[in-house]
Amino acid sequence: MPDATDRRILRQLLADPAIANADLAERAGVTSASLWRRLERLRETGVIRAIESRIDWRALGYEVQVSLRFTLDKTEPRAFDDFMAAARKVPEVTEIQTFLGTVDLRLSVIARDMAHWQQVYRDSILTLPHVSDSDALMLVSTIKDVQELPL
Amino acid sequence: MSAPLQPDATDLAILRLLAGDATLSAAEIGRKLGMTQPATWRRIKRLTEAGVIAGRRIVVDTAALGFGVTVFLGIRLAAKGRTSLEDFERAVTAIPEVQTVQHVLGQFDYRLRIHARDIADFERILRRRIMTLPGVGQVEANVMLSEERRPGPL
Repeated sequence: MPDATDRRILRQLLADPAIANADLAERAGVTSASLWRRLERLRETGVIRAIESRIDWRALGYEVQVSLRFTLDKTEPRAFDDFMAAARKVPEVTEIQTFLGTVDLRLSVIARDMAHWQQVYRDSILTLPHVSDSDALMLVSTIKDVQELPL
Repeated sequence: MSAPLQPDATDLAILRLLAGDATLSAAEIGRKLGMTQPATWRRIKRLTEAGVIAGRRIVVDTAALGFGVTVFLGIRLAAKGRTSLEDFERAVTAIPEVQTVQHVLGQFDYRLRIHARDIADFERILRRRIMTLPGVGQVEANVMLSEERRPGPL
């Protein structure tokens, strides 16, 4: 279990994920040797699962981002497995979440423009299996997007 | 912003590797792709300057840190108007448990991602923080069971 010092390190790291190790050590009040050991342990124990580069799809020309929400036909026992296997094959899908609630599943889908969105929607989304209902939320703007947790 | 960068196959291969592990060095990436360290470094620099590589994501085991519940909320505002949007946005972004706020078009006006310690903690956040937001109308909550990030069209 992460202790109070680990939490302090994680709080600073999540607030500023690109922070240099020297600055992180200073802000968390630990030596750089201790920071290195603790980060290693947090990674080994899976508290830190991964450190990934964030891709800005807009900078690659993907202007459209849609949050698609689905309810599946639960009389079909393989509904979730089949749906997710098919969704994984769609390159424009960037996130898949499953839920307990009004909706069963959500996909984040990106497209270059509305014409491309229409093509992705018709060819790759409407053909996904076992869907009983779906709706779309089109992204207008991101107001807040942080990785911090109130640790 | 300038015109979107047109990445070639090598750029996409670099992005694929970095999207999986941001801590890879230019030398390690170069070795995997059969390129020299300086050539790889120049491409990473160009992708970063173009804003394609936009920082890092630290993927943590939220449950191990005491946040066992992730909830996605859809919020519809009761009364629309310019002031009320601004008031709502200011208030909602100040809630520490709210990681993501997106203004959307569709059945809802906003979508939120929230981290809570447990269901009781989520209920507290919902009642004391969300339902009291200025202009809040209909709220729909979905508790996340699993999440998978995909590489996207790389």
